[in-house]
Amino acid sequence: MATHKIHALYNDDDVLLRAVKQVREQHFHIEDIFCPFPVHGLEKAMGLADTRLAINAFLYGIVGLAVGTAMMNYIMIEDWPQNIGGKPSFSYLENMPAFVPIMFELTVFFAAHLMVITFYLRSRLWPFKKAENPDVRTTDDHFLMEVDAHGEDIDSITKFLYDTGAVELVLIDKEDH
Amino acid sequence: MYTLTTKLKVFAIILMILGGLLTAVGFLTAPASEAEVEQMLAEEAEHGGGHGEAAEHGETMEHGATGTHDAEPHKETGYITDNSTEHADDAHTTTPHEAEDHGGSHAEHVYHQLVNRPWSAIYVACFFFFMIGLGTLAFLAIQKVAQAGWSPVLFRVMEGISSYILPGGIIMFILLLLSGLGLNHIFTWMEPGIDDPTSEAYDHIVAGKTGFLNVPFWLIRAGIFLVGWNIYRWNIRRFGLNQDDKPEGNVWYKKAFKHSAMFLVFFIVTESIMAWDWILSFDPHWFSTLFGWYVFASMIVSAVTTIALVTIFLKGKGYLEFVNDSHIHDLAKFMFGFSIFWTYLWFSQFMLIWYSNIPEEVTYFVTRIEDYNILFFGMVAINFLFPLLILMNSDFKRVNWFVVTAGIFILIGHYLDIFVMIMPGTVGASWFIGFPEIGAFLFFAGLFLLYVFHNISKAPLLAKGDPFIGESKHFHY
Repeated sequence: MATHKIHALYNDDDVLLRAVKQVREQHFHIEDIFCPFPVHGLEKAMGLADTRLAINAFLYGIVGLAVGTAMMNYIMIEDWPQNIGGKPSFSYLENMPAFVPIMFELTVFFAAHLMVITFYLRSRLWPFKKAENPDVRTTDDHFLMEVDAHGEDIDSITKFLYDTGAVELVLIDKEDH
Repeated sequence: MYTLTTKLKVFAIILMILGGLLTAVGFLTAPASEAEVEQMLAEEAEHGGGHGEAAEHGETMEHGATGTHDAEPHKETGYITDNSTEHADDAHTTTPHEAEDHGGSHAEHVYHQLVNRPWSAIYVACFFFFMIGLGTLAFLAIQKVAQAGWSPVLFRVMEGISSYILPGGIIMFILLLLSGLGLNHIFTWMEPGIDDPTSEAYDHIVAGKTGFLNVPFWLIRAGIFLVGWNIYRWNIRRFGLNQDDKPEGNVWYKKAFKHSAMFLVFFIVTESIMAWDWILSFDPHWFSTLFGWYVFASMIVSAVTTIALVTIFLKGKGYLEFVNDSHIHDLAKFMFGFSIFWTYLWFSQFMLIWYSNIPEEVTYFVTRIEDYNILFFGMVAINFLFPLLILMNSDFKRVNWFVVTAGIFILIGHYLDIFVMIMPGTVGASWFIGFPEIGAFLFFAGLFLLYVFHNISKAPLLAKGDPFIGESKHFHY
């Protein structure tokens, strides 16, 4: 079955934001939007769900803290509790101040790196990934809104998008998607 | 315009009266003579409890045999002064208080601590509320100099809170003056004869510091600091009100900007010295390079918390039209950030000293860990874990009752912080949070509320002439 998509190009982020609101009011489905830079408030206008990356980071941080604590406890207290410069290695708590810098750094390390990796995985980013760029100008100065035109009247939706301020409209017609 | 309600006024006055009464009780119940303390200690010993204070806060002091307290080894501090000759039978190291009189008995030592207790209680509470006012002033100056776009709607609240440095500073100075005149003995370095080698009270370490730690110079410094801070606070308020009347040209705004920048330079120098003078000198044998910063961190986090609490209160009453939850969010972020900053400094100070474990500086923490264990670590937990866990979530920072809960804990935590900074040097192991401590806290809390809200009611709550007010009104995070 043939699917139709319309690429509407804008050259101003304010116009884009207004257009997004109008398109959503008309209940057309926005597949994706490509911008050269972050447009403040775009995710709200599109109605995207909040990211849970921060929650991930918090949990990763706890993991890092646990790793740091377990590691230092095993090495310094349980496995070989040496007397190093008179530091009390009888229990973890007694020698804890000395471990805090490591616990802190590992917490930050785990939180930061695992969060970044999570971000890459979730947004499908890796070296040699084929760029999904519908129009090269969107990395420079154009904004592109991809609207699903499946089952809509092509002429009226085109007219509607043109009225929202689009500077260019492209009808994408694909046999298989 | 906010109007001071009778309800608040009555509440504050009740706090002051109640606090005053409890403080008076504290003074009246302080032992009148050494004999009384001796009897008290004897009674306690009979009950098989050894030290009263050890029983009070359950801190184990390793009583080998629960015999008489005289035989117990003191471990309160490791201050090493010349104690080998006089204390042949009682080989403990001496606190500065003990150093006052090497021939002194244990009862005399406890007697001095108990007499100091109501004075130190007043001092702690007075300083705590004063530092909130001063921290707010510093925060206001930072906001002005940074040309912050979010905070101008809160300037009047900050000006109101910082107004407390006038009465608070006067009381603070009177307290310092009374100490300097010898009405109490909370500052050991003021002991007469401490720099006289022929005197019983001679302490060669303190004697070496008398170039800096002498009463006239110390009072003059305090006077200069207080006058300097108050001049700035008086000016900044005046400039702000003038700017409201003549917003064209931003003449008063620019003046305020320059004064704020100069004040911040003045402040950071004087604040450090103030911390040495008013707090660090309770332990004249001890020193720490980051102490001024540490006190500042405590000051600024309490100040931001108070700003948030007062803002939420006024907003709840409907007086702050343009304050939205983004402003609260920003304040909560500052509370969170400065709490962590405080913890960072606390830990840096603690860990460096713990790690190197040099006897002459580690005694500071030895006394605190042995005699103030629960308070010392409890306040770290309150000041760090609470804000960390409550205020980390972005959504929680917009919920008033979360911010208020965190704020109350932060304020209590920082009161305890000041308490643990000051009390070990004045009352040592004889501490307790009882009538004088609670009383003094309530008294100054009442005074603070009364004065601050009186000042907030004196001017419109919106600084309408500020060039950034428009941005601030529409601030959105």
